Amino acid sequence: MSGHIVPVKTYVGIFASLIALTLLTTGVAFVDLGRLNTVVALAIAVTKMLLVILFFMHVKYSPGLTRLVIIAGFFWLAILVAISLADELTRGWSPTPQPWSILISLLAPE
Amino acid sequence: MADAAAPHPSGHAAAHPPGFAHQFEDMGQQHEAGSLGMWVFLVTEIMFFGGLFATYTIYRALYLPSFEIGSRLLNVKFGAVNTVILIGSSLTMALAIHAAQTGKRQATVVYLILTMILGAAFLFLKFNFEWTADYHEHVVPGFGFFVRPEWGAAGPHVPMFFCFYFFMTGLHALHMIIGFSILGVLTWMAHRGRFTPEYYAPLEISGLYWHFVDIVWIFLFPLLYLIGGRYALRGGG
Repeated sequence: MSGHIVPVKTYVGIFASLIALTLLTTGVAFVDLGRLNTVVALAIAVTKMLLVILFFMHVKYSPGLTRLVIIAGFFWLAILVAISLADELTRGWSPTPQPWSILISLLAPE
Repeated sequence: MADAAAPHPSGHAAAHPPGFAHQFEDMGQQHEAGSLGMWVFLVTEIMFFGGLFATYTIYRALYLPSFEIGSRLLNVKFGAVNTVILIGSSLTMALAIHAAQTGKRQATVVYLILTMILGAAFLFLKFNFEWTADYHEHVVPGFGFFVRPEWGAAGPHVPMFFCFYFFMTGLHALHMIIGFSILGVLTWMAHRGRFTPEYYAPLEISGLYWHFVDIVWIFLFPLLYLIGGRYALRGGG
């Protein structure tokens, strides 16, 4: 009636996969792949997250409304990260833009 | 409307399972509503930790050499062992819910206690060994942080990495302590026989929280310990 009962065998299988992925990600960190090190580490972390969410957190057996809320949550997180990065990484990091400093010196001498 | 104001007919308690709240159609709807409500809370938690993850990403991009030096100073063994411990605690939490779903009261209590032991082991390793070692290596900002000359131009921003490290793992540890306390209450409730195969909502919802805290660590481990060019240390120590 209430929740879906996931077999113990599934839980143990997910646990074994998570441990294997932890060993894999730790091992790969000691191999020089250049920029791919970060990509591989994050891809493994996302895979582990999906296994936990789908099976341990029963989302595989949850109704569509719950899934929509979760997807919306991650979508908002993506907006937070993407727009913050787009702003911070495209400023050029000059102290004060030239025309502004001229304007400031005109408005407030000294 | 007249029905709502009317007193309950006598003996209504026998008509529904324990733990059933009247505003729901049935236990299935109550279960779905409870999980959905918890997920809405967890989405706010995603945004809460997300702010830290976003800031970490920006400053890592701006001061990459300093962040890589900081990451290589962390002990990957502590991080990896704690990851395994936390994944193990997620398994025992899931098994505790399974035991409640199948009406095994004793097994529920045992799995909940195992989850608490693993959670305590994680915190013990982190506070008693890892943070203590960090303190003795002078890498705690505000507590005698020592900027080593060999870090060169990247040196001044290494404390920033450690600020992220202590805030992120500290906030995670705070969530673990809250989860540990919740597990204590659940163990008592399970011992008193409060859960049945029809009603185990507190277990299910606390389980969602515990697994969420596990997921946060699943990201903290590679971001803090692994992606700082650790391969450069091979053979070097």
